[in-house]
Amino acid sequence: MTVYLDNAASTPPAPQVVSAVSAAMTDLYANPSSAHGLGAAAARALEQARAEVAALLRAQPSEIVFTSGGTEANALGVLGAAALARGRHIVVSAIEHPAVLRSAEGLLKQGWELSKVGPGPDGCVSAEAVRAALRPDTTLLAVMLVNNELGTLQPVAEIGRSLRAAGRKIHLHVDAVQFAGLIPIDVTALGADSLAISGHKLHGPKGTGALWLRKAARVAPLWDGGRQEGGLRSGTENLPGWVGLGRAAALCRESLEPGRAVAALRDRLESLVGQAVPRSMPTVPVSTPRAPHIASFRLPSLPAEPILHALEARGVYVSAGSACSTREHGPSHVITSIGIGEEDAVLRFSLSRLTTDSDVRVAAQALAEAVEEIRLVVEGNRGGQR
Amino acid sequence: MIAILCRYGELFLKGGNRHIFLRTLVDNVRALVRGLPGAKVSAPHGRVIVSVPDEARVEACSRLERVFGLVSISPAASVPADIEAICAAAVVEAQAAVARDPALARSFKIEAHRSDKLFPLQSHAIACRAGDAVALATKIPVDVHQPALRVGIEVATGGAHVFAERRPAPGGLPVGVSGRALLLLSGGIDSPVAGWLAAKRGLDLEALTFHSPPFTGEKSKDKVISLARHLARWQAVSTLWVAPFTEAQKRLREAGPAELAVVLYRRMMVRVADRLCQRAACGAIVTGENLGQVASQTLTNMRNIEVASGHLILRPLLTYDKVETTALARRLGTYEISALPYEDCCSLFVPAHPATAARLSDVERAEANLDVAKEADQIAEQAERIVL
Repeated sequence: MTVYLDNAASTPPAPQVVSAVSAAMTDLYANPSSAHGLGAAAARALEQARAEVAALLRAQPSEIVFTSGGTEANALGVLGAAALARGRHIVVSAIEHPAVLRSAEGLLKQGWELSKVGPGPDGCVSAEAVRAALRPDTTLLAVMLVNNELGTLQPVAEIGRSLRAAGRKIHLHVDAVQFAGLIPIDVTALGADSLAISGHKLHGPKGTGALWLRKAARVAPLWDGGRQEGGLRSGTENLPGWVGLGRAAALCRESLEPGRAVAALRDRLESLVGQAVPRSMPTVPVSTPRAPHIASFRLPSLPAEPILHALEARGVYVSAGSACSTREHGPSHVITSIGIGEEDAVLRFSLSRLTTDSDVRVAAQALAEAVEEIRLVVEGNRGGQR
Repeated sequence: MIAILCRYGELFLKGGNRHIFLRTLVDNVRALVRGLPGAKVSAPHGRVIVSVPDEARVEACSRLERVFGLVSISPAASVPADIEAICAAAVVEAQAAVARDPALARSFKIEAHRSDKLFPLQSHAIACRAGDAVALATKIPVDVHQPALRVGIEVATGGAHVFAERRPAPGGLPVGVSGRALLLLSGGIDSPVAGWLAAKRGLDLEALTFHSPPFTGEKSKDKVISLARHLARWQAVSTLWVAPFTEAQKRLREAGPAELAVVLYRRMMVRVADRLCQRAACGAIVTGENLGQVASQTLTNMRNIEVASGHLILRPLLTYDKVETTALARRLGTYEISALPYEDCCSLFVPAHPATAARLSDVERAEANLDVAKEADQIAEQAERIVL
């Protein structure tokens, strides 16, 4: 049996998405830019998909730019805004995904200055700390909506409001990839200028994403060419992928309050793990404002990867910290920034609207067994020191 | 068609066994160019010659640069044994060489060799004629002492080869002439390099790796498979055995004090290797051990490990500094694979303070708590065989 609790890394595509992609590949093969009827049919499907994505974010279809994924949408939001900005100071939260963080760090080479705002031990940056980092020459600010490793909600709306209240002309970019279609987003209420989402995090296809760009906000394209997507994203449209993303967005809207059900399952997982796994603790306090789908556990003085494999042996698939971080050297910058050292394991269980109560029970039991198995070995070694 | 002249070095030294060495070398070359359409291999005296269609030149050269036993290769034009044709080819090759590297236009020399003694011109006369032709056509000055460009001409019965490029090959001995051995391969930096060096001295290797799920994941196993496949590019390794080690590791860990754990694991590993050596007809075990690098690699502990095995244990890296091993790993391309950060087999079972000089009697007392021979039998029995 497979219990897949790594949805923050990638979600299984919904069957309706798979058939929409397949149908688009079969029937809508013409280029949406072509003048003939087949091209027009493809263009109509594309605009339908755009409308679905816009509706999910309560945005206007004309404000949606399709991309190859979350990373490109973030790069377009950050680097595209930087290219047109007059000031040379950018502020980001220290717990941004590398898609934003490394884009911002890359600007250093172009003469920008960068300020990183660290989170509290609860994994949230405060609006005050962000405000304090702003300077008169700050023109760009990037704060994620949901942290991908901890699931913590960042106070984006509050930050957006205070920017407007202060009359600051600062481009606010929001990486919303981990909203996962599970929390309602109203882009106008956020007070942001651009916002990035990814298809494969909400049961859509990989290789798809979108940037919402407020009508009055401007970004420069990252490259030039055929000037598709309003000139902001040259390249023949990934029609099947974006049709799939549109379908995935529609399904997110159709499912009634999926976030609440997922949050209930996450709470249940956390309580079962708390009972069954000695010395485990939530990585951030459970009272922290969080997205519904991510539960992160801290296991003091244990190695993460063997526990992950021991869970895998029991059919339970999770990530250590963030899936991206295990492939790199060194500990996760997010986990480090909230004061947790390398000696502790941090495991991320991420749910989706397909997760069941039984999944959660199996996972908690498996974690108890896995931790027991690894602890025997690890503590055996420590006991052997003389 | 172009001809690639392949030169072998040490084989000349091998007196009576020379023909065996040469046959192995030719077989290895044949195996490596198999799959290149139209490739033909011949072995006139003193050379192996691979003929391939022009479009396969780059691929064929890159493969031949990985044949142990060859010291250098030269892609060459094949022309009739006729002085006019030879001179024309020398001009073309010199011009092509200068086009690749303009610095070569500083000076040149012709190096002619006539093995067909019936050819009407002697070697020196061939060099003079071709030298005149190249100097006239290219205006490059002749310098017979320190030429930037050397154009080689080899005249044999039935044809001549003309070349201006010499690429180094790895040297060593043809894989197989020194026998067969079993390489203990991990995902680390050292053992792949040790395997490469052993194969360079003519050993035909199978590799054995230990897998400890859940302490190691699928990606750790894939990493070792990638390393073995990479070594197979030199024909160094043909087969990888993946042996399950978790249960033995746990039992060994419990059998004695923690500081003996590393020696106990390694003794078990060589016991398993003994059994697979028998199955795979290997005469020795090759490891990446290095004197003094870690606790298991002191003289005392290497001895403690060795006596558990009935086989000769070869340690090509014994005297290497880490920087030397790393530099070689980078040159071979194994470093990038080894540097992937997946947990390796026993890193978690390694105690904080392993014994650097375990007493053999202590080790044997710990092992008396379990049936080590049976344990090794079982692990060897369960090993998965992957043909690379």
